[in-house]
Amino acid sequence: MPQKVFAPWDDPAEKPLIQFRNVTKRFGDFTAIDNINLDIYTREFFALLGPSGCGKTTLMRMLAGFETPTEGTILLSGQDIGPVPPNQRAVNMMFQSYALFPHLSVWENIAFGLKREGKDKATIETRVHEMLKLTRLEKFARRKPHQISGGQRQRVALARSLAKAPKLLLLDEPLGALDKKLREETQFELMDIQEKTGTTFVIVTHDQEEAMTVASRVAVMDEGELMQVATPDRIYEAPNSVYVADFIGDVNIIEGRAHQAGDKLQIDWAEGQPALFAQTDKNFDMGQTCYIAIRPEKVAISAERPQGANVLQGKVLDIAYLGNLSTYHVQLPTGHVVKAQQANTRRISRREFTWEDDVWVSWSETAGVVLDK
Amino acid sequence: MRRAILIAIPYVWLLVLFLIPFVIVIKISLSDTALARPPYFPQWDWSLGWQGIKDFFRELDFENFVFLTTDSLYWKAYLSSVKIAVISTLLTLLVGFPIAYGMARAPEEWRPTLMMLVILPFWTSFLIRVYSWMGILSQGGLLNSLLLSLGIISEPLIILNTDIAVYIGITYTYLPFMILPVYAALEKLDGSLLEAAEDLGCSRTSAFWLVTLPLSKQGVIAGCFLVFIPAMGEFVIPSLLGGSQTLMIGKVLYEEFFSNRDWPVASAVAVVLLLILVIPIVLFQRNEQKQREAEG
Repeated sequence: MPQKVFAPWDDPAEKPLIQFRNVTKRFGDFTAIDNINLDIYTREFFALLGPSGCGKTTLMRMLAGFETPTEGTILLSGQDIGPVPPNQRAVNMMFQSYALFPHLSVWENIAFGLKREGKDKATIETRVHEMLKLTRLEKFARRKPHQISGGQRQRVALARSLAKAPKLLLLDEPLGALDKKLREETQFELMDIQEKTGTTFVIVTHDQEEAMTVASRVAVMDEGELMQVATPDRIYEAPNSVYVADFIGDVNIIEGRAHQAGDKLQIDWAEGQPALFAQTDKNFDMGQTCYIAIRPEKVAISAERPQGANVLQGKVLDIAYLGNLSTYHVQLPTGHVVKAQQANTRRISRREFTWEDDVWVSWSETAGVVLDK
Repeated sequence: MRRAILIAIPYVWLLVLFLIPFVIVIKISLSDTALARPPYFPQWDWSLGWQGIKDFFRELDFENFVFLTTDSLYWKAYLSSVKIAVISTLLTLLVGFPIAYGMARAPEEWRPTLMMLVILPFWTSFLIRVYSWMGILSQGGLLNSLLLSLGIISEPLIILNTDIAVYIGITYTYLPFMILPVYAALEKLDGSLLEAAEDLGCSRTSAFWLVTLPLSKQGVIAGCFLVFIPAMGEFVIPSLLGGSQTLMIGKVLYEEFFSNRDWPVASAVAVVLLLILVIPIVLFQRNEQKQREAEG
């Protein structure tokens, strides 16, 4: 029996935990959030992704209660949380700076929220111990925040924000201060903890790899608008706009004019160059401007002219050697540069082509995505 | 070598301007008063050589310190000084903390101006500022005429020449010494700590008590010492604003020295005052060191 895929957003009967309804936030003349509608479901690991200043942090701070929407409502379990102050929301936040209390020990930091709830001593003791165990911090309970490492501080911040068992946990660039290796380890740790506790996580990040790794769904934001909300693979494979395609990963974008040719789309993109063909279920008007987006790893590169739907000749301009992969920058006679990625299955000394060689790049009709904006 | 010189400078400074004068004061405090010039005995007689030095030391004794314990005036003056210094320090804290808090919370572009306003009074003479308080607090002064004209009181309040005037004067004079360290501590406070406290269930008020206050503790302690230590030996303010019954050790010292011309007793008073102040000074330095360690 196949395992049931976690996809509450496809189930119309499922009630979202959080609903943004026509939410707009302005700071003076500046519109940080522009009329956003968004549903986030229970147990989701939801990522808000975008460049700095895109409004992702504002969106999160509205969930925490530090900002109030200028227009629109935010519902948590169907309740409007607009008038609820931050200290009464079943929402906790892990701050980018961690915001650990420097005068309190690790133990006291984690117990802080529980004490405010007026829990009895034994309950607090048990819960703090649970959190210390979850984040593997038992040995550091008595230390002050300045006596532990950055990675440990990050875990204290996580433990503290989870201690009150919030319905929703907000993480503001939680891994930003860690180095790459630790960050990758911690990503899996976060996913693990999210699964164990069953808490709904909303994470803000500008790191697309991080968002793709941890999230069940990703919202790509730009200038206060949601560009696309979808699962990581949909975002990558089926971006809905040039912006999203370009923001996530590496991509070749070729602009052209669309012509319907049977079940395929013919795209005329440059004088004297063969038209490109692609399959799409979108409808384009005759001569409408369109963009074809192809990921470098879906572009093949060869010394001999291959068979295929889309074959172009060019010269190797640059090679980015990444160890396991190489990305070839191939310049076409039109001046366009197409990136093609290939696994380095052979030793580098036996590579077929090098700088300035004439090569062929090719891809299939289904390799790319045709976009209208 | 260069390093040794650099370190030597403060030590030489302390030696010449503190330690040597202090040894001289101790020497005088062990002498006897005399109708002479200078008005104490024994004097160092160089002409007698070794015998002179021996005679000199034979004449020194602790008589004056014993005398301080026999007359209740002295310990009453010390106690009263401690009381006045403690109360003024608390008043300074009460006034200074909210000011420092407001400054730290003010928009960033305002802060240099506010800081300037705190320091500005130092640009006029301390004496003029104390004298102007006499003009404000006296029976026909500004404060009384204001209150009378508003009908709040029917008879002028007697403030000048009481302890209250001394508290006002000390609080006013030493306020910047309280505001600056407290402000420095509050300004460093990361705003996200308060948000975190709120996020974890604190109200604004409890976040203040649980986060803001403990984190500004070092600044408060530093400010209290900076006010308490000089207030303890204060002379000008109690003699100008205080009444005849305002008893402070600084005033006693002045009287002994200039009215009584009893230099040895005056020196003994000064030595005891210093010993009393050594305790808070050591505590103050310990606090500073703890703070440095916490930051390092």
